[in-house]
Amino acid sequence: MRDWTQIRQEFPILDQTVQGAPLIYFDNAATSQKPTPVMAALDHYYKCDNANVHRGLHELSARATDAYEDARAKLAKFIGAGSPTEIVFTRGTTESINLVVHGWAAHHLNSGDAILLTEMEHHSNIVPWQLLAQTRQLELRFVPLLDDGTLDMEAFDRLLDAKVKLVACVHISNSLGTINPVNEICRKAREIGALSLIDGAQSAGHIPVNVQSIGCDFFAFSGHKMCGPTGIGALFGRPKILESMPPWQGGGEMISRVTLEGSQFKLPPYRFEAGTPNIAGAIGWGAAVDYLNQIGIDAIDTRASELTTHALTRLPEVPGVRILGPMSSRGSLVSFALDVAHPHDLVEFANSRGLALRGGHHCTQPVMRRFKVPGTARASFAFYNTLEEIDAMIDILLDARKFFG
Amino acid sequence: MSLPADLRDLYQQVILDHSRNPRNHGQLEGDCLHAHGDNPSCGDEVDVWVKLDDAGAISKILFSGQGCAISQASASMMTQKIKGKSRSEAASLTEDFRRIVTGDGEASDADQLGELQLLEGVQKFPQRVKCAMLAWRALEQALQNSEA
Repeated sequence: MRDWTQIRQEFPILDQTVQGAPLIYFDNAATSQKPTPVMAALDHYYKCDNANVHRGLHELSARATDAYEDARAKLAKFIGAGSPTEIVFTRGTTESINLVVHGWAAHHLNSGDAILLTEMEHHSNIVPWQLLAQTRQLELRFVPLLDDGTLDMEAFDRLLDAKVKLVACVHISNSLGTINPVNEICRKAREIGALSLIDGAQSAGHIPVNVQSIGCDFFAFSGHKMCGPTGIGALFGRPKILESMPPWQGGGEMISRVTLEGSQFKLPPYRFEAGTPNIAGAIGWGAAVDYLNQIGIDAIDTRASELTTHALTRLPEVPGVRILGPMSSRGSLVSFALDVAHPHDLVEFANSRGLALRGGHHCTQPVMRRFKVPGTARASFAFYNTLEEIDAMIDILLDARKFFG
Repeated sequence: MSLPADLRDLYQQVILDHSRNPRNHGQLEGDCLHAHGDNPSCGDEVDVWVKLDDAGAISKILFSGQGCAISQASASMMTQKIKGKSRSEAASLTEDFRRIVTGDGEASDADQLGELQLLEGVQKFPQRVKCAMLAWRALEQALQNSEA
């Protein structure tokens, strides 16, 4: 049994009042808060070890390089990759997806090929594909959603034919909370010879993730949604596929030899890391992995489920609330609409009571259209939140209903 | 229920009433000016239809849309106030309204704004200025379309 009260104290930002009320931070799906050890790692790096990586022969550069590569190794282990060389550092999930688009798809897909996405993708897993599809005459297909916010897997089976060369799918939907059957999706993709990309922005650091058991070819994720800093993310790729990909950005750090006539490039992952990387971000992210491992990812998952279940149990007490997404097998977030208040008005009201919710389309406009709502309010939980905070949210929503009703 | 005064100012009863029961709601048919406005970041949308009489004054105005209470109430209150106004009167009313919701300067003719002054509470919520201005930007656009 973890001492969640003590763990919460490691997040100093939570101990403040907003608009005269204790802060209740329920916007964790947008970005998580950072524990003291992560901030200490950033502080230590800049105070003691700051230098550029991979280039210097001096002591500080060696320390910075060790810490940066150590973070890569921690991340590889954290998601079950075979080797640290399968982890490419990026700015975040969005850039990781764009790396697959420009580094792999742009070189391997031809006119008439199809990419299979789903209707619940974040805009970051739709728009890059649309941009590529326009220039390459690719066909984009979308797996429709059932009314409970899960994927229509019968439709998936129909849409997955020989023309499909890549299946790209979100692991946990940021607007519905749905946990998708990614193992099945990747297996079926593999059976027809298509590659698979999983958007793990909401899953890594929240539920146990192992890229080997998922069976994906690419896995994109971000540091800041799992207690790490912003501006750092990674792409896992299978070694043979990464090796087959040409560079996507040129610059220092990614070359082995440059002449005026041409250049030779390093092996992955360095081939895809042009320029000075986000060294501090990677080191801070590594510290976040240590921190989450110390609590235990299973314990984190259980705690977040407990909070989510409590919210799903209590929300129906608010008249006029409509919950979107499945009632089981759900990530730690709940999207809902209130009949008498637009999400922005509801979020404004909540803010006046110190409650941070998110309101709007959550970068998933097709999902909002599918469920015929202009947007939703979303409460997303982390292991450092409490059952009492959820009770306080229910009181605030009941008051909002009186106010707007 | 104790609420901050700023929030009560933002959501005054008149404003909530307009958002629940919007006036001049609908769509004009036939020969008229039209513009669509939206706030991509929040998804609010409004369409404004305007008919001008022979003297160039606004003889009819209707709107439709969906969005937060502020954007819809502002649109509803705008249509009531703008009817009968000339193009230049509409422009100065728009500028005065912009000033009171942003807090950027004083209205040149506060009396003319009338009930619209209730939306002054938006000043304290800078992120909501774009909600309050949505229908007004669409109106400006519609009138500009007619000049083109």
